[in-house]
Amino acid sequence: MQARKKYVLLGLCTCCWLLLYYWGGLQERLLGLLTHRRGEVVRPWPNWLDRDLLPGYADQAELQNAGGPGDSPRQRRQSWAGIYKDSRCRMDTCFDFARCQGQSSFRVYIYPPEKGERVSESYRKILTSVVESRYFTSDPREACLFVLGIDTLDRDQLSTQFVPNMDERIRGYPLWNDGRNHVIFNLYSGTWPNYTEDLGFNVGQAILAKASLNTEHFRPGFDISIPLFSKEHPQKGGERGWLVRNTVPPRRKYLLMFKGKRYLTGIGSDTRNALHHIHNGKDIVSLTTCRHGKDWEKHKDARCDHDNQEYERFDYQELLHNSTFCLVPRGRRLGSFRFLESLQAACIPVLLSNGWELPFSDVIQWNQAVIEGDERLLLQVPSTVRAVGTDRVLALRQRTQMLWEAYFSSVDKIVLTTLEIIKDRVNSHISRNKFMWNALPGGLLVLPEYSTHLAHYPFYYLNLGISPGQEFTAVIHATSPLVSQSQPIMKLLQVVSKSKYCSQIIILWNSEKPPPHRSKWPPMPVPLIITDGRRKTSSRFLPNAAIETEAVLSLDEDTVLLTSEINFAFHVWQSFPERIVGYPPRSHFWDPVKKAWGYTSKWTNEYSIVLTGAAFYHRYYHHLFSHYLPSSLRALVDRTSNCEDILMNFLVSSVTHLPPIKVAQRKQYKEMPILQVRPEIHPKKVFLGHCFMSDKGTKMAPWANPEHFTQRQECVNTFASWFGYMPLVHSQFRLDPVLFKDHVSVLRKRYKDLERV
Amino acid sequence: MCASVKYGSRGPALIPRMKTKYRIYYITLFSVVLLGLIATGIYYITLFSVVLLGLIATGMFQFWPHSIESSAEWSLDRRSVHDAPLVRIPMSSPIPERGDLSCRMHTCFDVYRCGYNPKNKIKVYIYPLQRFVDEVGVPISSTGLSREYNDLLSAISDSDFYTDDVSRACLFIPSIDVLNQNSLRIRETAQALAMLPRWDKGMNHLLFNMLPGGPPDYNTALDVPRDRALLAGGGFSTWTYRQGYDVSIPVYSPLSVEVDLPERQPGPRRYFILSSQTAIHREYRVELERLKEENGEALLLLDKCSNLSQGLASVRKRCYKGQVYDYPQILQESSFCVVLRGARLGQATLSDVLQAGCVPVIMADSYILPFSEVLDWKRASVVIPEEKLPEMYTILKSIPHRQVEEMQRQARWFWEAYFSSMKAIGMTTLQIINDRIYPYAALTYEEWNNPPVVKWTSVNSPLFLPLIPPRSPGFTAVVLTYDRIESLFRVITEISKVPSLAKLLVVWNNQNKSPPEESLWPKVAVPLKVLRTKENKLSNRFFPFDEIETEAVLAIDDDIIMLTSDELQFGYEVWREFPDRLVGYPGRLHLWDHEMGKWKYESEWTNEVSMVLTGAAFYHKYFNYLYTYKMPGDIKNWVDAHMNCEDIAMNFLVANITGKAPIKVTPRKKFKCPECTAIDGLSLDQTHMVERSECINKFASVFATMPLKVVEHRADPVLYKDDFPEKLKSFPNIGSL
Repeated sequence: MQARKKYVLLGLCTCCWLLLYYWGGLQERLLGLLTHRRGEVVRPWPNWLDRDLLPGYADQAELQNAGGPGDSPRQRRQSWAGIYKDSRCRMDTCFDFARCQGQSSFRVYIYPPEKGERVSESYRKILTSVVESRYFTSDPREACLFVLGIDTLDRDQLSTQFVPNMDERIRGYPLWNDGRNHVIFNLYSGTWPNYTEDLGFNVGQAILAKASLNTEHFRPGFDISIPLFSKEHPQKGGERGWLVRNTVPPRRKYLLMFKGKRYLTGIGSDTRNALHHIHNGKDIVSLTTCRHGKDWEKHKDARCDHDNQEYERFDYQELLHNSTFCLVPRGRRLGSFRFLESLQAACIPVLLSNGWELPFSDVIQWNQAVIEGDERLLLQVPSTVRAVGTDRVLALRQRTQMLWEAYFSSVDKIVLTTLEIIKDRVNSHISRNKFMWNALPGGLLVLPEYSTHLAHYPFYYLNLGISPGQEFTAVIHATSPLVSQSQPIMKLLQVVSKSKYCSQIIILWNSEKPPPHRSKWPPMPVPLIITDGRRKTSSRFLPNAAIETEAVLSLDEDTVLLTSEINFAFHVWQSFPERIVGYPPRSHFWDPVKKAWGYTSKWTNEYSIVLTGAAFYHRYYHHLFSHYLPSSLRALVDRTSNCEDILMNFLVSSVTHLPPIKVAQRKQYKEMPILQVRPEIHPKKVFLGHCFMSDKGTKMAPWANPEHFTQRQECVNTFASWFGYMPLVHSQFRLDPVLFKDHVSVLRKRYKDLERV
Repeated sequence: MCASVKYGSRGPALIPRMKTKYRIYYITLFSVVLLGLIATGIYYITLFSVVLLGLIATGMFQFWPHSIESSAEWSLDRRSVHDAPLVRIPMSSPIPERGDLSCRMHTCFDVYRCGYNPKNKIKVYIYPLQRFVDEVGVPISSTGLSREYNDLLSAISDSDFYTDDVSRACLFIPSIDVLNQNSLRIRETAQALAMLPRWDKGMNHLLFNMLPGGPPDYNTALDVPRDRALLAGGGFSTWTYRQGYDVSIPVYSPLSVEVDLPERQPGPRRYFILSSQTAIHREYRVELERLKEENGEALLLLDKCSNLSQGLASVRKRCYKGQVYDYPQILQESSFCVVLRGARLGQATLSDVLQAGCVPVIMADSYILPFSEVLDWKRASVVIPEEKLPEMYTILKSIPHRQVEEMQRQARWFWEAYFSSMKAIGMTTLQIINDRIYPYAALTYEEWNNPPVVKWTSVNSPLFLPLIPPRSPGFTAVVLTYDRIESLFRVITEISKVPSLAKLLVVWNNQNKSPPEESLWPKVAVPLKVLRTKENKLSNRFFPFDEIETEAVLAIDDDIIMLTSDELQFGYEVWREFPDRLVGYPGRLHLWDHEMGKWKYESEWTNEVSMVLTGAAFYHKYFNYLYTYKMPGDIKNWVDAHMNCEDIAMNFLVANITGKAPIKVTPRKKFKCPECTAIDGLSLDQTHMVERSECINKFASVFATMPLKVVEHRADPVLYKDDFPEKLKSFPNIGSL
């Protein structure tokens, strides 16, 4: 009995064991399945046993041989020109680089307009931009690039501006040469119903600068996509972007908006017809109207009346101001006015234009400024833009403004950008890199002839994670002959050379008399270089190869400064290397009576100019001054021997959009008597003019001439009209040493000299 | 009995690691033995045996060599490529069309497959390996799967891009290796591609090819007909490359793994220009030799070694006039290295040159540089038209030294990041395609092009646009208070006199006490709102309250009663000119304590400033977001726990993200212990200041850098202390004590 019990028990145990095994097995199988699956997810491509035995894809000899030396390069180049032309044009095959060699290599010629030729407003602006650019030439022999005198902007046969018989007329140009080295500007091509890329004449090997370019027809590295702009687009200057502040959170009242035409039929109608689907009347406003064209009622559908009603409820300008994103769908053509409008309005464009080669796509990184949508995925657009984070909205929005102001705000900028892109291709080894094109202040203000190295420019220190150099070069502008050792310039030389940051001194000799012998100058702890300024006022801002430091201290010969003042200003400049840092301030103002800009040297609570008779700035501005500004402005400066400092302030502020910086300076009352006779100061005003420094020399300097001040007034207006706007910006502070005039022992103060009178 | 139960209970834990067939074997064995024993009735022996066997079995499971440890990987992984299934291609199998040159993402790519995806990551499927043979059994490729292609697929399958779910895939990668066209039978390869189950006219299929074309004319794209498939090709010319559709990839150099070239410091090298290629056309060699004659030692022109025996030795050697040089090591001895086109445009030499940190001088007209869609080659190379070869020396000489050094560094970094392995090449290709499909999540220029050392030190401020916001909306004052009502009311009264004040927010940090009744508060012209907090935390003052509707925020303590209305208004005006900085009143400095070897906090009268106290400071509301949601490490918690250093943390945060120093405005005034936080009225004791030094050290270690910038200036009104009638000054009441 007991034994049987035991056997039963034993049997049960065995069963249990078996069951457990069985259950375990089941579990293992489940587990195995799981791990098997997971294993496949983690490592689905097998780790082959014979991985190490696999052959290389090519052996070393084959790789280094690379198919052998190939055909004769000379023959290849010749045969290419025959094969790769017209729609397969590239700079290598369709552009004559030989025309662009020599000193002034890049020159643009415009064919003279024929009598009775009608040119549209927009094309006239384009031609004006070319003529006023620094690349224009009136001599076709030295030209590298040719621009047609015939208006090619609107090539829609139905348009009133359409010019017929283009082929014939172009063939009449002796230099046409099948379009080689020609640029053809175009905004509208093709016509109803397909709006093809056809211009209605054979463009041959000419470079197309065209709006609404399709990626398929675009000849990469050859054609240039330009934005569609209206005939009201300003010639120069242009409105600034609408973004005045970075509000946080950055979202505006509406998330996404569109207001425009709905095409019921024809090309582009697929997208425009679907836009109403995303309208929710709350944060997404997508309004379309059927009411356009003559016979819209013929195609009218069930939605039209309701849509038209809703359409009237919202104001386009109000939406533009209050929307975070703006839809930019294709119209009949790929590009639309919406693009520039929303760019300017800091409303982040959401593109729905498949196959559109974006404006200046060669150089601009558009994915940092717009949302590139896909027409096929219209319904995903709301969730896509909703998912864009705060930081990205802020960044995108600021970038729209940066691009708008750098490349699009005026016809001048659009044309100049087109020319600069071609120039970069012609001199490919002296060209801007993508960074220069996409970082502030934009590619047009970067002259690669100066340097192709980022660290040589004043704008990129923070982006590169570096700081400006620890030394400066002093450039002293000397106009009076050297007669005594007690002349102000001698004192100045001593003061400047004592600064531990001074690496060299350059004297720019602009006097009638020849420069004195070297031995006449005092011995100096730093190298002293004397260069001839040829008595031109603008010469003080000529690029000088001798300037090796980034910082330049520009000085007049009669400037009175202390070494500690110089050191302090240099420290400040290191914090603001892209601005002018100087001592005596001046200001501009709008005179509503004269309807003109005014200039004042009176003491005011704000300033917009610091005089370059004593100022630090980056040496790159010499280059911009001499090569970016037109020769007409420099000629004005030389003719009047005046205003060069104002022009420099205009230039730097137009680059930075910021005011210059004034730093503390010791009071110098000894100049007072001179100041009283200064014509700059309005006699009716009681407050004596500026005590700090004179604009010009101390003795019978040019400013003593009563015309001097009027000239400066005129300069301000002339400069403003060339820039197309007033770039000067006011500032209300000056920078002083931290303990300046504080109630603390003088011994503690690093710049105690500044407080002595 | 008990023992057996015990073992039984342990069983499942152990057994899963066994393979089924082994288990069945053991179970059978046990059962037979058991049954036999039971039958004979020898109970004790049975029991003993059972226990013994159990023990043995368990022991065996535990210590059995790994071969019985089953794993899913085992069956899949330990296979040979020769085990891959064989697929016979019928003669009449369809051939895809030749690639369509007009293909673009919006015409030839099915974007619906990729769909909307919160991670913005495409899903990539890899076809399982098959061995394709024609009807008579000849393989379509002479090499089959190459090591490089295997590495590439392996890397992709290990990446985030991979999916094993065909139906979810956005991109398909065939396992047919077409890296080298020379080893392929064109027609059969094309047929094999068309046989892939999801081929569908090649839609969303990606092929990798490094050596396209073949003699004599060497096409610049793969000759295999491939319908609409995307091509990641090495050696595209501008006429075969479909911009925005294809991806230009490098020609991988196996020397990348064979030879270890340590990175060299950028700087001048022994040679200025080096030419190491062996297959250079005679016309070009003549030109190069002419350059060598003109410029002598600066150039080194290497060629094949004619006297060495063939094989590996010769591919790793180069000769010049009988002198033998090691390749690629010699590349490190030159500043510039010539990469001329051969019959093919893409050259493996480019990879070797970059690896050596030598700046490539690329002369291959019409060549689409690798990854040119995202990489800025102007920063790492010099591209010269072939025609200008005679001018090469002059052109290169005109490049500034510092730029050459930058380019050397950049070249090496390009190699490390994008050329060094098949994995790098594959991942870069997929990322480029990913960027096209989700352009709103695309990597930036800086992310693609900045080497780590630049990424680390460079600053990309989120408020980078130079704006001077208009004065009109004014600023919002945020007063942090605990219970000092009297002082608080005085502060409110003072601030309310500032013309540009738009709104007053009082952050009531005392949970035990209610703020005074509305009627008791001072009457002010602007809206005043009291915000009660849930916890007494210092970080509450930096919370981005919805009530702050202006860009400018004035953070102020409830005991800062000494600031005049002029001083505050002036501070706001200065902030408008520096909206991306902290603009504050009392300035402080951090110093390096050489004795202690750590940072020290300094509140004495110094000539320098690197921080401003947020007991009274203007700043952009954006920094509230950063402080609350993006503060690195545990700084925020640390500040709240210690009730100290919130201002130092804010200074670190702003300086780190903008790379700029704060602006101290107006002369020093007598601030009543500004370091003491308003809460509890902590007394100014030594420990408090010691703690602030500790903060600096702690924060510097969390930020892994010292972001604070030291300056020697402060901002004063233009006419401050000038001899000028006070009443005509905009801000006359500045600096009064």
